[in-house]
Parts: sequence; structure tokens; C-alpha cells
Amino acid sequence: MSKITLKVNGSAHSLDIEPATPLLYILRNDLGLEGPRFGCGLGQCGACTVIVNGAAVRSCILPASSVKGEITTLEGLSSKGRLHPLQQAWIDEQVPQCGFCQNGQILTAKAMLDKNPHPTDAQIRESMNATLCRCMTYYRVQAAIKRAAKVMADVQPASGKQAVA
Amino acid sequence: MNTSNGIPKQIVEVLITHRRAFLKSAGLLVVSFATGAGAQEQKGPYPDPDYRQLDSWIVIHENNTATFYVGKTDLGQGTGTGFRQLMSDELDIAFERTACIMGSTDITVDQGGSGGSTAMERDAWPMRRAAAEARRVLLEMASARLGAPADQLAVSDAVISAKGDPSKRVTYGELVAGKKFNVTLTGANVNAATGIARVKPVQELKYTGQSPLRDDIPAKVDGSMKWAVGVTLPGMVHARNVKPPFAGARLTGIDESSVRNLPGFLKVVSKRNYVAVVCEREEQAVRAARQLKTTWEKPATAPFPKSEDLFKYMRAAEPTSASKPIVVGKPDEAFAGAARIVEAEYEIPFQGHTAFAGAHGTADPSNGQMTVYSNDMKAYSLRTGIAAFLGMPREKVRVLWMQGPQGFGRTAAEEAGFEAAWIAREIGRPVRVQWMRDEETAWDTKGPAFLVKARGGLDAQGQLTAYEYSARSCDYNHVGYNEPDTVLIAQLMGSRRAYPAGGSSSMPSEMYAIPNRRMSGEVVGLPLVWETPLRTGNLRDPNGPQSTFAAESFIDELAAAAKADPLEFRMKMLTAAATDDSGFKRARSIAVLKAVAEAYGWDARPSPRPLGTGNILTGRGIAYSFRGQTVVAQIAEVEVNRQTGHVWARRLVCAHDCGLVVNPTSLRRTIECAMLHSLSRAIHEEVQFDTEKVTSVDWISHPTLRHTDVPAAIDVVLVNGDPNPDRPDLPPYGGGEAACKPMLAAVANAIYDATGVRLRRVPFRDARVLAALKEARV
Repeated sequence: MSKITLKVNGSAHSLDIEPATPLLYILRNDLGLEGPRFGCGLGQCGACTVIVNGAAVRSCILPASSVKGEITTLEGLSSKGRLHPLQQAWIDEQVPQCGFCQNGQILTAKAMLDKNPHPTDAQIRESMNATLCRCMTYYRVQAAIKRAAKVMADVQPASGKQAVA
Repeated sequence: MNTSNGIPKQIVEVLITHRRAFLKSAGLLVVSFATGAGAQEQKGPYPDPDYRQLDSWIVIHENNTATFYVGKTDLGQGTGTGFRQLMSDELDIAFERTACIMGSTDITVDQGGSGGSTAMERDAWPMRRAAAEARRVLLEMASARLGAPADQLAVSDAVISAKGDPSKRVTYGELVAGKKFNVTLTGANVNAATGIARVKPVQELKYTGQSPLRDDIPAKVDGSMKWAVGVTLPGMVHARNVKPPFAGARLTGIDESSVRNLPGFLKVVSKRNYVAVVCEREEQAVRAARQLKTTWEKPATAPFPKSEDLFKYMRAAEPTSASKPIVVGKPDEAFAGAARIVEAEYEIPFQGHTAFAGAHGTADPSNGQMTVYSNDMKAYSLRTGIAAFLGMPREKVRVLWMQGPQGFGRTAAEEAGFEAAWIAREIGRPVRVQWMRDEETAWDTKGPAFLVKARGGLDAQGQLTAYEYSARSCDYNHVGYNEPDTVLIAQLMGSRRAYPAGGSSSMPSEMYAIPNRRMSGEVVGLPLVWETPLRTGNLRDPNGPQSTFAAESFIDELAAAAKADPLEFRMKMLTAAATDDSGFKRARSIAVLKAVAEAYGWDARPSPRPLGTGNILTGRGIAYSFRGQTVVAQIAEVEVNRQTGHVWARRLVCAHDCGLVVNPTSLRRTIECAMLHSLSRAIHEEVQFDTEKVTSVDWISHPTLRHTDVPAAIDVVLVNGDPNPDRPDLPPYGGGEAACKPMLAAVANAIYDATGVRLRRVPFRDARVLAALKEARV
């Protein structure tokens, strides 16, 4: 056992854990977060995705003790009761079926848009390709990402545009 | 676990997270549930709610809101929202002032849960009639209260007022005032439950036909949804299964010392060939199950052929059963007189349910009862099955359905709930069980493999005069709905029925007028019948995609042989007869084919098109079928890469007629996803195995559709127009599965159109397509 501190959704948590314990189990069973979920335990599907230091990572294969940065889960995506534009786009497009994978879809899209606010269709498909959905909501996921990207661009004009102005 | 209103805490949490806005005004937490008398009763036993009591279906709250209680589960297609629309309409209450609780066996009547696309077609009817009856009773109560005849009263959004004197008014909430209706319904079974009131004609429905947003989606995107997989109980421990390493293996030893010193280890539980490890924490159970040393004896004979040899095996096998052939006209004479005979054989392998997460369930043995939290689509048969499996009275067992990963029929034969309940009783503590990925992919129930032979006779004019379809499915050990003697844990513990459920070989579903035809089906078994990972179960639209792949591919082959446009060839056979069934299925088949062709922009010409010169060959294919009374036509437009064999369906079009549409947006989403599910089955999915075990164990070895496979455009046309002016309004038919049916054939027909190469073996993975192109020198 070893003592670690995890920063999750803006709060710090001190835990005494087996160092190799995958982050997923800590988030779910110790911190009570249900956004990240077990889908494969192999890093193949994305159900367990969380964002660490801006990158979408698979918490099912990530030892909790190795995590140094700020962790954001699906629960931490909205701020002050306001949904993130991606979450709103997911509602507007009525994306989910069962919804079990949508944590991975939304957070993977978030990490992508943070790096590339104006992705092409091909970039969306490639960036999302390792995030699986067995209900096959992919078509609507892609539509919702495009919708959210547009909303986010309207709220925050691209720096390129500002430079031109 | 129960709140003061007697509704299990988990259910209330679900409601809270789903519908915060609703609860702000609903006061649900302070209203007692009508058929339960409060927390004391929730300790059990749990008698069945009585479907003959109006109070079992509807509770009106003092703040003039309503909660509907229905015996269904929502697998992510929006049926819960749909029920609210229909019941709000019949009750005359604003949709926003209602909530719907589903699938908890102790507080919702047994409507069987989900399955067979029956939510709107069958199960919504008693809900609607109950809501209509509640409205009638409320009008009667208002009549007494306001001193005006009921026919002089008007209802608008749960407020009843006297016509001509709006000052005389009373709300539903004021009339009920926290009391029960105490109104008895009639009906020999739950499907027939009815009061005196009649449901409204379709023209008077206000919310039905609109697309209010699904009420489960906000919690699914903000992380607040409570899932069955997330249930935690005081004192709960975690279990993981240890599956036989070889199919049909016999457990000969367990070395508990291999895990005894692991952190959190509690116990190995085992009976015959069932083994599980129980630990304090989840990751501890995962580790211990992997590390536990067990020894097994292989079966004397191989359990099955390797997957590469499956169809050879199926051809040679002696059928275990055969259906009586359906014969129309004189097929043998017609074949003898045919100008041309076309023959083909089609192969569809086992395909997995491969739910997105493994089977899971949590069981609580407190108070001498058994409460199981599960995403089982058929919560009611799970309850009955677990009670029988444990030898407990049904009244002492309840199943609380909660959201979970869609399994397309996988949870109709739920295993983790049985396992959790058995282990919970063994150790006397609440237990959570979850299957790992390799376990789920290898050991879930499978969609049966099919081998179909088809033969057609064309006359000199290219008309189909004789048709023969004979199917052989590998479907001998078909698992039923949560049966206590066939669920896998029971089999592993030695349970044997005298005969396994025989399975079936489906016939094509089309309305073609072919003067002479013979259709037959046979079932074959595999050597290992029990405890096998290749036991079959109902996979979404059971057997429909398989039989329709063969049937509608073959119709395309006949059209090509006749040098006819594939759409016109089908239309001719549909219009060759004037007779129709009570649901106008022939007229509606013609209508969906016309609609899909128009939406796509179909140009009439025979397939294949002249071979292109570039690296990418494009083509389009059409297919049509029906499921029950829902008729569907689809067109796939594909690109085939000549160098790699890769197939991309770049555009899909679907015309779909399921009668009355309750929520068009929900239906469109369901259809889009159903088409892509079958696209996944067309190009990716196949269960692979060697002669000892299933070797498909994850998303690499049993691949599924991905983002890069998704079409650039999907168009869905909801054909609910009236092809026949004399046709009465159609009721709602099933929408959950029919769109799965034609897609495999549509893709195969499009590949043929693009390349002139006919693929008769599913799936159309790159290597298989490339080999076929090379063989045909394309």
C-alpha cells in the first residue's frame, strides 16, 4: 500500500492504495465517480476515458500511482451547472442510445477539440476511431462534435481570425 | 435501501438524476407509492403488483403531476419517453409533468420487460388504456366535486373545468389528494388490461408524433446517471468468474493457496464446473481470478470444429430438426420447365452479442430476501429464474432494472444476476459480479450461423417462375429467457434438460408473388451441446439478418441473370399479386421501395455497372424485408478499394414503415443505429474458434464497426403515408429491430454492382474481398 494524492475535478483526494491499482477502480469505487466505466479493461474501447493534463487517457490500464496531473472526468466537464458545449450538442443531436460508451466519446472529443478546434471530417473520424460504441451512435457522435465545434468557435473566435482582425 | 415513500432508493436516485426539473415540482419524494404501504413492506416479501389495479399503473401527485409505472425496460431507444408521450396524451396532462418508472419487479406490473420490438406495438396498449381510464375516473370525480355532468366538463393539462364556467375548476392533484384510485381494471392478462374508457383516436393525440427530448439523455451525458454497474451497497464485496479454459472441460482441482495470501481475498466459491473468487475490492477480485490455479480435464471429443471448417461441418451434419416445407404451386414442374436455373449458397458465421461491457449484477441477501440490481432487459423472468434457481419463493426475490450497456438480446439470458444471487447466498453478503472482456466475448450467447441454399428458375422473359430456399442453422442449443436450468451457471453446475431448445432456421420475409416456391429450414447441432460458449441466443432481430442476407442477395442474383434492374425486378414481383394482408403489407412494401429509390435517386439499370478504371469502384445495392408488420427497404452505396479489398459504405438510405410513429427523432436514431449494427455484421463480425475454445476474446479478435467505417451520409425516410386511401390509421408496429434486416444484402448487392463479384460469405473483411476480386481478376 502507498499513499497518493489525486486531483480530480478540482478537488484533491488522499488515498492509501496498492500502487498498481488501475485508476478506473479508484475513481469509481473510492471516489464514487460513475462517468468512467469498465468496458474492456484492455484500453481498446474507451469507456473508461478520463482527461489527464489535457489528454484523453484510458483509466482501466493506467496505474493510479502513476498519475501526476489534474484529472477531469465526465462529471467535471460542466462548470457552475452549465453543460459543456459538447454535452449540450449531445442532447441537441440526441446522440446516445444506451449511453454506456458516451463518456469515452465525449471526453475523447473534448481532448481533440482542445487541441484542434476546427477539425475536418476526416480528422474527427481518425481522432475518434479507437473509441467504440456497440449501439453504433457514431454518425450522431460525429454530427454532435461538428455542432459543438461550431458553438465553441462562435463563443471564442479562433486566434487566427483575431490576428487578421 | 428505501426512502420514506417506499420506492427503492436506487430508483429514486435514477429519477433524481434523470429528472431534476421534474422533481422540483413533483414532490415525488413525499408521496406514498400506491401499491406499497411504505418502507416496512420494502424489506420484503415482494408480491407482484396487480395489473388489474389502476393504481399499479398511475400515481397522481398532490402537486398535479403524474408518475407512470410500466413493466418495461428501455435499452436506449427512447421507449420510456415514448410511453410518457402516449400516456400523457391519454391522461390529458402535460408531458413535462410526468415521469416514468420502469422494470422493477416489486413496483411495476409484469409486462415481461423488453424484447421482440413490442414496446409500442403491444405493451403500450394497456398503458394507454390505463391512462384513459384514469382520465375517465378523474372526470367522474370532478363531476361530483363541481356538481356538473361529466359531459359538461372539459380537460386541459390536468385541469378539469365546467364548459361555459371556467371558474368551476379542479386539478387532478386536488381530486386525488394523495389517495388511491381504487379502480379495478379487467382483462385476462396484462396485455388485455383495460378500464371502461376508450383510447383517443390518433387525430386527438398531442404529444404522440412529436419528438420531445429523451428524458434519459441528460444524465447520460453529464455523468449523473446511476447504472446497474455502479450499484454499491454497505458491506458489498466483489466476485469474478474463472471460466473453463477449454469448452466442455471438467474441473479437477482448485489450488486455493495460489490466491489465499492476496490482499482482500475472501473466498473461492465453486460447484462442479462453476468457479468464482470473492474479494473485498474489485481490482483484487480481478487479480485473484486471474491468479487462481485450477486444473481441468479436456473433453474426450472436440467440442466443435474450428471456425474455418464450420460450414463444411454444417453441410455434412445430420439435422437435429427440420421444419415442414412451405410449398406454393408446383416448384418441381416449374423448375423442369424453366429456361434458366440459377443456384447459389450463402454462409453467415456465428456472430456475438458482444455487449459493450460484460454481464454484471449485484445481489443483496439482506432480510432473508434477495434483491438483484441488474440491466437485464427481462427483469421479470430474471426474478422468476433466480427464485427457482435458488429454490426461494418468488415473493422473496425482486429485480430492480437499471440502465446498462445495450446487449441486443444478450441480457434476455442474463448470467451475472444468477451468479451474484448464488454467491450472495453462499457468503451472506451483498456481491457484485462482472464479466471481463475476454469472458464476455468468448462466452456470451451467439447469433446462430446459417448456411442457405437457393435456387431459382427464370422463364424466357426473365420472370421468376420457380424458387427454392433451404436454410440450415447451427442453433441447436438455443438459450431461452433466464431459465433456471439453461442459464450458463446452471449448466456449469450440472443442470441438463432432456433436450436442448431446438432453435430455428428462418424463412425469408417478403411479399413477392412467385407462382411456384418451396422453402424449408433445418437445424444442426455441434458436438458439445452443454456448457458451450457457442450456445445460441436471440441476437437482435433473431435470424433476420442471416436469412435476409441470403434471400435478398439471391433475388439480386436472379435480377442480374435476367439482366433486369434490381428494383424493377422486385417491384414486378410485388405488383404481380393484388391480394394483401390486414396490415396492407404488400401496398406498404411497394411504398417503401418507391420511397427509398426516390430518396436515393435510383437510376434504373441492371447490375453490375460497367467496371470502373480507378482504384476505387463504386456501386449501389438495394434490399427489402419486413419484420412483423414493419416494412423496410434500404440502399447501400459502397466504395470498394481494388488494391486492399476494403469496403466503405459511404451512403445509406432507409425507408421504414412501422405504422404510427410515436417519437420520430427517437425512431430515426434507432433506425440509423440498427443499420450500422448490421453494417458492422456485414463487414466485421465473426466469432472465431479452434477445436478447443472460442478465440474471439476482445475488440481485435471480434472487431466491430468504428468511426472511420461510418457513412458520410445516412438518410432515413419515415414512410407513414397512406398508399391506399381506404386504409384506416395504422397502429404503431415495432421499430427496434426491423432496420437490421436488409443491410447485409444491400451491402453485398452494392459490392456486386461495383465489382461484378458476388460475395456469399459474411463478413466482407478486406482479405476476403481482396481474394474474391483477385480470383475474378477485377
